[in-house]
Amino acid sequence: MTDDARYDMTTGEGLVVCPRCDALFIEVELEDGETARCTRCETVIARPRTGAFSQIIALSFTTMVLMVGAVFFPFLEISRMGFGNATSIFGVVLAYADGVLLPLVLGMVAMVVALPVIRASLLLYVLLPLAKGQAPHRHAAGAFRLSEQMRPWSMAEIFIIGTSVALVKVAGLATIHLGPAFWAFCALILVNVTAKGYMCQTTIWDAIEDGGASTDGRELVDGLRNANHDVLAADRP
Amino acid sequence: MMGWGKAGEVDDSDDGPRTVLTAHRAGLIGCRACGRVWPEDEVTCHRCGARLTPPDRRSLQAVWAWLIAGMIFYIPANLYPMMSTQTFAGLQGNSKATIYEGVIELIHHGNYDIAIIVFLASIVVPIGKFVSIIWLARAAGRPASVEDAHLRLKIYEVVEFIGRWSMIDVFVVAILAALVQLGFVASIHPGPAAVSFALSVAFTMLSAQSFDPRLIWRGLPLRRSR
Repeated sequence: MTDDARYDMTTGEGLVVCPRCDALFIEVELEDGETARCTRCETVIARPRTGAFSQIIALSFTTMVLMVGAVFFPFLEISRMGFGNATSIFGVVLAYADGVLLPLVLGMVAMVVALPVIRASLLLYVLLPLAKGQAPHRHAAGAFRLSEQMRPWSMAEIFIIGTSVALVKVAGLATIHLGPAFWAFCALILVNVTAKGYMCQTTIWDAIEDGGASTDGRELVDGLRNANHDVLAADRP
Repeated sequence: MMGWGKAGEVDDSDDGPRTVLTAHRAGLIGCRACGRVWPEDEVTCHRCGARLTPPDRRSLQAVWAWLIAGMIFYIPANLYPMMSTQTFAGLQGNSKATIYEGVIELIHHGNYDIAIIVFLASIVVPIGKFVSIIWLARAAGRPASVEDAHLRLKIYEVVEFIGRWSMIDVFVVAILAALVQLGFVASIHPGPAAVSFALSVAFTMLSAQSFDPRLIWRGLPLRRSR
């Protein structure tokens, strides 16, 4: 278990690093359901789950279907004294198409609608071949990195809280009806939270590499232990 | 599928001083995107294509730059109105409210819970973020005890997590403006503060993202006792 671990302190082969604190560890195979934490800062480094890929694929499809509904169905309906206004997200964008506030609305739509859809499609692009056991598509690594960079900027859940606040503010002014798109957004948030639970970046990176994309053939290692211990033990006179 | 050594697997059996070797001390460089380790002179990660950056204080320049941009935009965001409400074509009232006035108005209407949400998201969180990032950037790379380092990491994680939630108020204004277009009866228009507040939040998010959490641990002694 410990004697045949192969790693190279000059090339970094067979080693991994904690992204939060830079501590070095030896790469090991993890069983499903095991969690690898950094020994220094306790950041979760890997947490593989059985069937995670197909779950994420299914949830990404769900995201895209729900988003179509969320964009084109009425979001909220407002009425007062016979004047009414039903609005879909799509309608909001059209309403601002020639205003000075177009950049604000475009930015908002990008964060609420575009980024979640783009992330879902990138994940599908990366994970579909991997789940089928085929070689990853070209640029799969770049696609997954892009999707990870987008994560903090996709703000559907914040949008829903914002909507709730807006509803309370406007309650005295007019009557509000929630449209199907509002509920589609709520469902999107649940889907997002579920997908997050299955997401393990390390597993996906390793799968992309195992699948043969842009790899340098350094995939290996059977050992199970902490690099720090060995290396420093070796350093001691 | 590969993974890492389980925490404490070896260390727990070792009663001696606990040691942590970092990639930097080993003359290697780790990829912050995918965790791969490379020789120190590599520039990009060959697995994920991310740029490899050494954990030094140079990256703090970006943190300061984004932070100052965020703080500058936070000033007009508070001075100008967030939105203006027109009822009956201005006959019954034409009110403009800044962030602060918006909160006061909510309290007057008895919506205490919503007032608290807006107050937290638009006033407490942005200012708390400015203070925390300044503190983190000043403390980064300084010697720290293990407890200090854990505290800094915790604060960094809170700042990173909570930053996006300040966008709530911008969404509120955008939704209200789109929704309340009842012609003569009532209409709401976004004010200049909405844009500058959105930019302020975005810049502060970029500032937090440019902070390299590895700097938190740089000052730690090579060996530590439990």
